[in-house]
Amino acid sequence: MNLFLLTIDWWFIIEKLVLIAVIVSLCLIIAMYETYGERKVAAYIQDRIGPDRAGPFGILQPLADGGKLFFKEEIIPNASSKYLFVLGPTLAMITALLTSAVIPWGTSLEIGGRTVGLQVADINIGVLYIFAVVSVGVYGIMIGAWSSNNKFSLLSGLRAASQMISYELAMGLALIAVLMMSGSLQMSVIVNKQMAGALGGFGGWNIWYQPLGFLVFFTCALAECNRTPFDLPEAESELNFGYHQEYSSMKLGFYLFAEYINMFMSCILMSTLFLGGYDIPFVNETNLAAQIGQNWVALLSFLSLLAKAFFLVFVFMWIRWTVPRFRFDQLMHLGWKKLIPLALANMLITAALILWLNK
Amino acid sequence: MNLVQILFWFLSALTLFSALMVILSKNPVHSVLWLILVFFAISGHYVLLNAQFLAIVNLIVYAGAIMVLFLFVIMLLNLNKETEPKKNIWMKLAGTIAGGCFLISVSNVIYNAQTGSAELANKATLMGKGSIGLIETLGKTLFTDYVIPFEISSVLFLSAMVGAVIIGKKD
Repeated sequence: MNLFLLTIDWWFIIEKLVLIAVIVSLCLIIAMYETYGERKVAAYIQDRIGPDRAGPFGILQPLADGGKLFFKEEIIPNASSKYLFVLGPTLAMITALLTSAVIPWGTSLEIGGRTVGLQVADINIGVLYIFAVVSVGVYGIMIGAWSSNNKFSLLSGLRAASQMISYELAMGLALIAVLMMSGSLQMSVIVNKQMAGALGGFGGWNIWYQPLGFLVFFTCALAECNRTPFDLPEAESELNFGYHQEYSSMKLGFYLFAEYINMFMSCILMSTLFLGGYDIPFVNETNLAAQIGQNWVALLSFLSLLAKAFFLVFVFMWIRWTVPRFRFDQLMHLGWKKLIPLALANMLITAALILWLNK
Repeated sequence: MNLVQILFWFLSALTLFSALMVILSKNPVHSVLWLILVFFAISGHYVLLNAQFLAIVNLIVYAGAIMVLFLFVIMLLNLNKETEPKKNIWMKLAGTIAGGCFLISVSNVIYNAQTGSAELANKATLMGKGSIGLIETLGKTLFTDYVIPFEISSVLFLSAMVGAVIIGKKD
């Protein structure tokens, strides 16, 4: 047993644990302020003021909301299956946070002569890992919906499952074109490939080469996050409240929170895959590091990634408060008959162009 | 015991326990959830063998897609103890004998593999090494040495999909 303890690089473990703790708390804080942002954006679009009571500009509103949820009475319905009822929101939260493991958050830091990469796991199947997490993500909703023992919840869970499975296909097909261009499934390689492009990396962003792929991916991301116009699982007018109808207190809070974390993670993912990741546009990172030091560049690149993601989050909210909800058959029609053929065509054209140009 | 071995024993225990729970649970929804856990544990074994592609595809296809459909159907049917059909005693007996024969042959194969051949003995030491399961090696092998079987099986899948759509059409 002592031998086993000796073979572990303890610095490595500590480094990763700190990184995981920082990233998870960052995701939670950002998800908290996304709820505030959403209310402010909605207020702006509808010509209102929005939350402005708690703190200056209502900036403490998320804390007040969270506190309210914590102090609400916790109800577990008698006819529900108890363990699964608790497992549902837990799974939703865990799968929402799992994606953050393979995202490269910035250039590496240098602490006391050690190079610390800002990525928890740089596995060579990074993109597939994200797909696995996304496809497992539906269980949180399905389990919660079924165990509530409520017909509206069950219907909503079935809607959520079929919607997510349908849009995963088009999402994957749109991604294959990106993968063919970068020639790797490793997230860090995809980002580095984009950073090597013209104009300090700006010209290398995948969105310039894959505009159609980006649009398909963006639409599918909206559907995967159950955001309007694809929020069929939460259609109040048809299903009362959706899959979390029987939930109260912080279990409901987990479901709502997981949705915002999912939104943030998919925006980070889109920035990484299509908008150059942590690349600072028009700046050569290596030259900048020689001038102001590696650690400052790491901070700036991290902020650059966040800025891109926040812009996309804003677009998500903008769409939510502009476009009305689809009908379910329209949703399926769009997914299977429009997006999948588009993504397939995009994939074939990309493949043909790559073969033609590399000949 | 090194880290790989500890993980191996943990994952093995988890796999066997959840596999047992699949057949011992009274509620079919619980069975499906335990089966999902089995797939996760088996994917863990694949990762230990450095077959990352297989591990993650196992999760995407089985845990992520097929089990969702299973869960879908079982939730809609709302199976419970009252609706479970009574099975014939002879069917149970035949099932037990068939399962027992399978168990004997599998355990015999494993026993022979450990004692019989030198190259298969101590295979556990190979864990975490080798590149055969990495996606690059796998892709090259599939598209060079095995390209014809690979393409034929993809045509088979496509025809199965088309067939399913045609059978599922209403008119």
